[in-house]
Amino acid sequence: MPVLARTLEDAGFATILVTMMPYWSEKVGTPRTLGVEFPFGHTLGQPNNIAQQMRVIRQALNVLKTADSPGAIVHSDERWPDPTRDTIKAWQPTEPSPIIEQLGPQIREMLRERRKKN
Amino acid sequence: MTIDSFKFLPRIIATFYQQSDLAPELPIPWTPLPKAIEDCKFTLITSGGIYLKGNQEPFDIEREKREPAWGDPSYREIPFDIVQEDIAASHLHINTQDILEDVNILLPVHRFRELESEGLIGSLADHVYSFMGYQGFPPNSTAWRDRYGPEIAEKLRAQEVNCVLLTPA
Repeated sequence: MPVLARTLEDAGFATILVTMMPYWSEKVGTPRTLGVEFPFGHTLGQPNNIAQQMRVIRQALNVLKTADSPGAIVHSDERWPDPTRDTIKAWQPTEPSPIIEQLGPQIREMLRERRKKN
Repeated sequence: MTIDSFKFLPRIIATFYQQSDLAPELPIPWTPLPKAIEDCKFTLITSGGIYLKGNQEPFDIEREKREPAWGDPSYREIPFDIVQEDIAASHLHINTQDILEDVNILLPVHRFRELESEGLIGSLADHVYSFMGYQGFPPNSTAWRDRYGPEIAEKLRAQEVNCVLLTPA
């Protein structure tokens, strides 16, 4: 999505990206970013938690309003209310995605090799 | 607070991502707000794989199952005025259950109506846009950059949109 933000910004639209991975925003070079420490699939908050969703959106609009140079990244103070371990489990699909199913063993092996080297 | 981009990722995926040596292409594009935010027209774009139930094709997750290194790059154009019952989602990389309960966690159509009534933003486009975030492995977003992004830009221009909120899933 940082790529789309760049494309649209380049086409004359002012964009604000809200993401749980400001890491990628920085790597790709995104015009304006609000980072939130939320689980995947829950960029603006929990279902039916209107107050939480609104706080994030208002922060995002504030970044849109106040950022004054390209690549601006603001980190939100919002915290996810559920325990981390449960949250990691809850956002993931019930079945591993096809690519994880296919590459999982390879990646694990690669990481094992690297650990050995270090 | 500095947020941790990897907090909710299983270690295997986190470690893999952390090895990326990608660096931004410069300059980073920039369009200043053309007027006060209270006068700007907004649309929303997500990558949560959302589509209109019974009205639009799901994203092509059947092909992805056959070709795991491929992800559907297309998008769905969705009217701003939708109700929760219209919503479906196809995405093999996240649990979509909470989206089916409240679309606003990714595509905040109802929150933006409220902001419009409050006068905090000017107005809303006729449509919002939804992609499916998995763009293959290794990730390849050239179709977004070269085809679908410019296509949406044309549509936004026709609707006289000024600002876009993007919410990757």
